[in-house]
Amino acid sequence: MNISITGVNKAFESRIRLGIMSALAVNDKLDFNTLKEFLDVTDGNLASHLTALEKLDYIMVNKQFIGKKPNTSYAATGIGKKAFAHHLTALEQLIRGVIE
Amino acid sequence: MKEKQDYIRDIAKVRSMMERSSKFLSLSGFACIMAGIYALGGAYIAYKVFGFNSNGIGYGVPGSADLSGELIKVIFLATLVLFLALGTAIFLSSRKAAKRGEKLWNPATKLVLINMAVPLIVGGLLILVMISRGLVGLVAPMSLIFYGLALYNASQFTYEEVRSLGLIQIVLGLLGAYFVSYGLLFWAIGLGVAHIVYGIYMHYRYER
Repeated sequence: MNISITGVNKAFESRIRLGIMSALAVNDKLDFNTLKEFLDVTDGNLASHLTALEKLDYIMVNKQFIGKKPNTSYAATGIGKKAFAHHLTALEQLIRGVIE
Repeated sequence: MKEKQDYIRDIAKVRSMMERSSKFLSLSGFACIMAGIYALGGAYIAYKVFGFNSNGIGYGVPGSADLSGELIKVIFLATLVLFLALGTAIFLSSRKAAKRGEKLWNPATKLVLINMAVPLIVGGLLILVMISRGLVGLVAPMSLIFYGLALYNASQFTYEEVRSLGLIQIVLGLLGAYFVSYGLLFWAIGLGVAHIVYGIYMHYRYER
Protein backbone atom coordinates (compact mmCIF):
# COMPACT_ATOMS: atom_id res chain seq x y z
CA MET A 1 0.00 0.00 0.00
CA ASN A 2 1.17 3.45 -0.78
CA ILE A 3 0.72 5.64 2.26
CA SER A 4 3.02 8.55 2.96
CA ILE A 5 4.44 9.43 6.39
CA THR A 6 1.67 11.98 6.90
CA GLY A 7 -0.96 9.24 6.46
CA VAL A 8 -2.23 10.62 3.18
CA ASN A 9 -3.21 7.77 0.89
CA LYS A 10 -1.79 8.02 -2.64
CA ALA A 11 -4.79 6.11 -3.98
CA PHE A 12 -6.97 9.10 -3.16
CA GLU A 13 -4.70 11.70 -4.66
CA SER A 14 -6.93 11.84 -7.73
CA ARG A 15 -10.08 13.89 -7.15
CA ILE A 16 -12.08 11.39 -9.15
CA ARG A 17 -11.06 8.47 -6.94
CA LEU A 18 -11.73 10.63 -3.91
CA GLY A 19 -15.17 11.43 -5.33
CA ILE A 20 -15.94 7.77 -6.01
CA MET A 21 -15.07 6.80 -2.42
CA SER A 22 -17.10 9.73 -1.01
CA ALA A 23 -20.18 8.72 -2.95
CA LEU A 24 -19.77 5.05 -2.01
CA ALA A 25 -19.22 5.96 1.65
CA VAL A 26 -22.78 7.24 1.94
CA ASN A 27 -24.53 4.89 -0.50
CA ASP A 28 -24.74 1.11 -0.11
CA LYS A 29 -24.11 0.69 -3.83
CA LEU A 30 -24.16 2.81 -6.96
CA ASP A 31 -24.23 1.81 -10.60
CA PHE A 32 -21.82 3.00 -13.25
CA ASN A 33 -24.11 5.57 -14.85
CA THR A 34 -25.10 7.16 -11.55
CA LEU A 35 -21.44 7.52 -10.56
CA LYS A 36 -20.67 8.99 -13.97
CA GLU A 37 -23.42 11.57 -13.48
CA PHE A 38 -22.26 12.56 -10.00
CA LEU A 39 -18.63 12.89 -11.04
CA ASP A 40 -19.18 14.32 -14.50
CA VAL A 41 -16.44 12.26 -16.19
CA THR A 42 -16.16 10.19 -19.36
CA ASP A 43 -16.81 6.43 -19.41
CA GLY A 44 -13.17 5.51 -19.99
CA ASN A 45 -11.87 7.84 -17.31
CA LEU A 46 -14.31 6.54 -14.70
CA ALA A 47 -13.69 2.91 -15.67
CA SER A 48 -9.91 3.22 -15.22
CA HIS A 49 -10.27 4.83 -11.78
CA LEU A 50 -12.78 2.17 -10.74
CA THR A 51 -10.39 -0.57 -11.85
CA ALA A 52 -7.59 1.01 -9.82
CA LEU A 53 -9.75 1.07 -6.69
CA GLU A 54 -10.92 -2.47 -7.34
CA LYS A 55 -7.33 -3.72 -7.59
CA LEU A 56 -6.67 -2.26 -4.14
CA ASP A 57 -9.77 -4.11 -2.83
CA TYR A 58 -11.24 -0.76 -1.84
CA ILE A 59 -14.42 -1.37 -3.82
CA MET A 60 -16.24 -4.45 -5.00
CA VAL A 61 -17.96 -4.88 -8.31
CA ASN A 62 -21.26 -6.59 -8.81
CA LYS A 63 -22.28 -7.44 -12.35
CA GLN A 64 -25.81 -8.50 -13.04
CA PHE A 65 -28.55 -8.28 -15.61
CA ILE A 66 -31.65 -6.18 -15.26
CA GLY A 67 -33.86 -7.77 -17.86
CA LYS A 68 -31.49 -8.06 -20.80
CA LYS A 69 -29.38 -5.03 -19.93
CA PRO A 70 -26.11 -5.57 -18.08
CA ASN A 71 -25.87 -3.48 -14.94
CA THR A 72 -22.65 -3.02 -13.00
CA SER A 73 -22.83 -1.66 -9.49
CA TYR A 74 -20.05 -0.75 -7.10
CA ALA A 75 -19.82 -0.80 -3.33
CA ALA A 76 -17.11 0.16 -0.85
CA THR A 77 -15.43 -2.75 0.96
CA GLY A 78 -14.54 -2.74 4.64
CA ILE A 79 -10.89 -2.18 3.72
CA GLY A 80 -11.89 0.68 1.42
CA LYS A 81 -14.01 2.40 4.07
CA LYS A 82 -11.20 2.13 6.61
CA ALA A 83 -8.62 3.47 4.16
CA PHE A 84 -10.91 6.35 3.26
CA ALA A 85 -11.54 7.24 6.91
CA HIS A 86 -7.78 7.18 7.61
CA HIS A 87 -7.19 9.40 4.62
CA LEU A 88 -9.76 11.94 5.79
CA THR A 89 -8.26 12.03 9.29
CA ALA A 90 -4.82 12.58 7.76
CA LEU A 91 -6.16 15.43 5.62
CA GLU A 92 -7.78 17.07 8.63
CA GLN A 93 -4.61 16.81 10.67
CA LEU A 94 -2.52 18.21 7.84
CA ILE A 95 -4.79 21.20 7.43
CA ARG A 96 -4.91 21.84 11.14
CA GLY A 97 -1.14 21.43 11.40
CA VAL A 98 -0.55 23.97 8.69
CA ILE A 99 -2.94 26.51 10.16
CA GLU A 100 -1.63 26.26 13.71
CA MET B 1 3.73 17.20 -2.53
CA LYS B 2 0.36 18.78 -2.36
CA GLU B 3 -0.26 22.18 -0.81
CA LYS B 4 -2.60 23.09 2.02
CA GLN B 5 -5.07 24.60 -0.44
CA ASP B 6 -5.23 21.26 -2.24
CA TYR B 7 -6.08 19.41 0.97
CA ILE B 8 -8.78 21.91 1.80
CA ARG B 9 -10.21 21.48 -1.69
CA ASP B 10 -10.05 17.69 -1.27
CA ILE B 11 -12.12 17.90 1.92
CA ALA B 12 -14.61 20.25 0.23
CA LYS B 13 -14.93 17.78 -2.66
CA VAL B 14 -15.57 14.90 -0.25
CA ARG B 15 -18.24 16.84 1.60
CA SER B 16 -20.06 18.02 -1.51
CA MET B 17 -19.97 14.56 -3.10
CA MET B 18 -21.34 12.91 0.05
CA GLU B 19 -24.16 15.43 0.19
CA ARG B 20 -24.94 15.44 -3.52
CA SER B 21 -25.03 11.65 -3.75
CA SER B 22 -27.15 11.00 -0.68
CA LYS B 23 -29.49 13.97 -0.39
CA PHE B 24 -32.29 15.18 -2.58
CA LEU B 25 -31.54 18.88 -2.95
CA SER B 26 -33.44 19.74 -6.09
CA LEU B 27 -36.78 20.64 -4.53
CA SER B 28 -37.45 24.22 -5.45
CA GLY B 29 -38.58 26.67 -2.77
CA PHE B 30 -40.81 28.32 -5.35
CA ALA B 31 -42.65 24.99 -5.86
CA CYS B 32 -43.42 24.95 -2.12
CA ILE B 33 -44.81 28.47 -2.30
CA MET B 34 -47.00 27.50 -5.26
CA ALA B 35 -48.24 24.37 -3.44
CA GLY B 36 -49.19 26.58 -0.49
CA ILE B 37 -51.08 28.97 -2.75
CA TYR B 38 -52.98 26.09 -4.43
CA ALA B 39 -53.89 24.72 -0.98
CA LEU B 40 -55.15 28.09 0.25
CA GLY B 41 -57.14 28.54 -2.97
CA GLY B 42 -58.61 25.05 -2.63
CA ALA B 43 -59.55 25.57 1.02
CA TYR B 44 -61.16 28.91 0.17
CA ILE B 45 -63.23 27.45 -2.67
CA ALA B 46 -64.27 24.47 -0.54
CA TYR B 47 -65.37 26.74 2.28
CA LYS B 48 -66.93 29.69 0.42
CA VAL B 49 -68.24 28.21 -2.82
CA PHE B 50 -69.21 24.69 -1.78
CA GLY B 51 -69.97 25.60 1.82
CA PHE B 52 -67.82 22.70 2.99
CA ASN B 53 -67.59 22.70 6.74
CA SER B 54 -66.50 19.61 8.59
CA ASN B 55 -68.75 20.54 11.49
CA GLY B 56 -71.74 20.62 9.14
CA ILE B 57 -71.07 17.27 7.49
CA GLY B 58 -69.61 16.01 10.71
CA TYR B 59 -69.73 12.40 11.73
CA GLY B 60 -72.30 10.45 9.77
CA VAL B 61 -73.78 7.22 11.00
CA PRO B 62 -71.07 4.58 10.50
CA GLY B 63 -71.69 2.62 7.35
CA SER B 64 -73.95 5.16 5.75
CA ALA B 65 -71.69 6.66 3.14
CA ASP B 66 -73.10 10.07 2.48
CA LEU B 67 -71.53 10.88 -0.85
CA SER B 68 -73.58 13.98 -1.51
CA GLY B 69 -72.90 16.20 -4.50
CA GLU B 70 -71.03 18.73 -2.38
CA LEU B 71 -68.72 16.13 -0.92
CA ILE B 72 -67.86 14.73 -4.34
CA LYS B 73 -67.04 18.23 -5.53
CA VAL B 74 -64.76 18.79 -2.53
CA ILE B 75 -62.99 15.47 -3.14
CA PHE B 76 -62.53 16.41 -6.79
CA LEU B 77 -61.17 19.80 -5.74
CA ALA B 78 -58.72 18.22 -3.28
CA THR B 79 -57.47 15.84 -5.99
CA LEU B 80 -57.04 18.75 -8.38
CA VAL B 81 -55.02 20.71 -5.79
CA LEU B 82 -52.84 17.66 -5.17
CA PHE B 83 -52.04 17.12 -8.84
CA LEU B 84 -51.43 20.83 -9.48
CA ALA B 85 -48.97 20.92 -6.57
CA LEU B 86 -47.24 17.70 -7.66
CA GLY B 87 -47.02 18.82 -11.28
CA THR B 88 -45.54 22.20 -10.31
CA ALA B 89 -43.06 20.53 -7.94
CA ILE B 90 -41.86 18.07 -10.58
CA PHE B 91 -41.58 20.76 -13.26
CA LEU B 92 -39.71 23.30 -11.10
CA SER B 93 -37.49 20.67 -9.46
CA SER B 94 -36.36 19.22 -12.78
CA ARG B 95 -35.54 22.76 -13.91
CA LYS B 96 -33.55 23.38 -10.73
CA ALA B 97 -31.74 20.05 -11.13
CA ALA B 98 -30.86 20.91 -14.74
CA LYS B 99 -29.50 24.28 -13.61
CA ARG B 100 -27.25 22.53 -11.10
CA GLY B 101 -26.13 20.12 -13.82
CA GLU B 102 -27.79 17.14 -12.18
CA LYS B 103 -30.59 14.82 -13.04
CA LEU B 104 -33.82 14.90 -11.06
CA TRP B 105 -33.87 11.12 -10.76
CA ASN B 106 -30.96 9.80 -8.67
CA PRO B 107 -30.58 7.41 -5.71
CA ALA B 108 -31.37 10.19 -3.24
CA THR B 109 -34.61 11.09 -5.03
CA LYS B 110 -35.59 7.44 -4.90
CA LEU B 111 -34.93 7.27 -1.14
CA VAL B 112 -37.04 10.38 -0.50
CA LEU B 113 -39.94 9.00 -2.53
CA ILE B 114 -39.82 5.54 -0.94
CA ASN B 115 -39.71 7.00 2.55
CA MET B 116 -42.61 9.32 1.83
CA ALA B 117 -44.65 6.67 0.04
CA VAL B 118 -45.31 4.39 3.02
CA PRO B 119 -46.99 6.95 5.33
CA LEU B 120 -48.72 8.63 2.37
CA ILE B 121 -50.25 5.44 0.98
CA VAL B 122 -51.35 4.24 4.43
CA GLY B 123 -52.85 7.68 5.16
CA GLY B 124 -54.54 7.84 1.78
CA LEU B 125 -56.17 4.43 2.21
CA LEU B 126 -57.28 5.29 5.75
CA ILE B 127 -58.83 8.51 4.48
CA LEU B 128 -60.74 6.59 1.79
CA VAL B 129 -62.03 4.22 4.49
CA MET B 130 -63.10 7.19 6.64
CA ILE B 131 -64.91 8.84 3.74
CA SER B 132 -66.76 5.61 3.02
CA ARG B 133 -67.80 5.45 6.71
CA GLY B 134 -68.90 9.06 6.76
CA LEU B 135 -66.12 10.27 9.06
CA VAL B 136 -65.55 13.30 6.88
CA GLY B 137 -64.59 15.58 9.76
CA LEU B 138 -61.36 13.71 10.31
CA VAL B 139 -60.19 13.71 6.69
CA ALA B 140 -58.41 17.08 6.78
CA PRO B 141 -56.56 16.47 10.08
CA MET B 142 -55.61 12.93 9.03
CA SER B 143 -54.17 14.14 5.74
CA LEU B 144 -52.03 16.64 7.69
CA ILE B 145 -50.82 14.01 10.17
CA PHE B 146 -49.82 11.47 7.53
CA TYR B 147 -48.25 14.11 5.29
CA GLY B 148 -46.26 15.32 8.30
CA LEU B 149 -45.12 11.77 9.08
CA ALA B 150 -44.06 11.33 5.44
CA LEU B 151 -41.98 14.53 5.55
CA TYR B 152 -40.44 13.59 8.88
CA ASN B 153 -39.56 10.15 7.56
CA ALA B 154 -37.96 11.47 4.36
CA SER B 155 -36.14 14.39 5.98
CA GLN B 156 -32.90 12.49 6.52
CA PHE B 157 -32.45 12.32 2.76
CA THR B 158 -33.08 15.97 1.98
CA TYR B 159 -32.80 19.45 3.53
CA GLU B 160 -32.89 19.14 7.32
CA GLU B 161 -35.59 21.84 7.54
CA VAL B 162 -38.06 19.34 6.09
CA ARG B 163 -38.09 17.64 9.51
CA SER B 164 -39.46 20.78 11.21
CA LEU B 165 -42.02 21.24 8.45
CA GLY B 166 -43.16 17.65 9.06
CA LEU B 167 -43.47 18.19 12.81
CA ILE B 168 -45.49 21.37 12.26
CA GLN B 169 -47.91 19.47 9.99
CA ILE B 170 -48.29 16.70 12.60
CA VAL B 171 -49.05 19.18 15.41
CA LEU B 172 -51.57 21.06 13.24
CA GLY B 173 -53.16 17.74 12.28
CA LEU B 174 -53.55 16.70 15.92
CA LEU B 175 -55.04 20.10 16.80
CA GLY B 176 -57.41 19.77 13.85
CA ALA B 177 -58.45 16.30 15.01
CA TYR B 178 -59.30 17.66 18.47
CA PHE B 179 -61.03 20.82 17.30
CA VAL B 180 -62.86 19.09 14.46
CA SER B 181 -64.93 22.10 13.47
CA TYR B 182 -61.69 23.98 12.70
CA GLY B 183 -60.27 21.08 10.65
CA LEU B 184 -60.32 22.97 7.37
CA LEU B 185 -58.73 26.03 9.00
CA PHE B 186 -55.83 23.98 10.38
CA TRP B 187 -55.52 22.28 7.00
CA ALA B 188 -55.23 25.70 5.32
CA ILE B 189 -52.61 26.81 7.87
CA GLY B 190 -50.58 23.60 7.45
CA LEU B 191 -50.65 22.96 3.73
CA GLY B 192 -51.14 26.61 2.79
CA VAL B 193 -49.41 29.04 5.13
CA ALA B 194 -46.66 26.66 6.37
CA HIS B 195 -45.72 25.72 2.79
CA ILE B 196 -45.53 29.35 1.72
CA VAL B 197 -43.41 30.37 4.72
CA TYR B 198 -41.16 27.33 4.27
CA GLY B 199 -40.80 27.97 0.53
CA ILE B 200 -39.82 31.61 1.07
CA TYR B 201 -37.31 30.57 3.75
CA MET B 202 -35.77 27.88 1.51
CA HIS B 203 -35.61 30.27 -1.42
CA TYR B 204 -33.67 32.88 0.55
CA ARG B 205 -31.51 30.36 2.37
CA TYR B 206 -30.44 28.13 -0.54
CA GLU B 207 -31.40 29.61 -3.87
CA ARG B 208 -29.91 33.05 -3.96
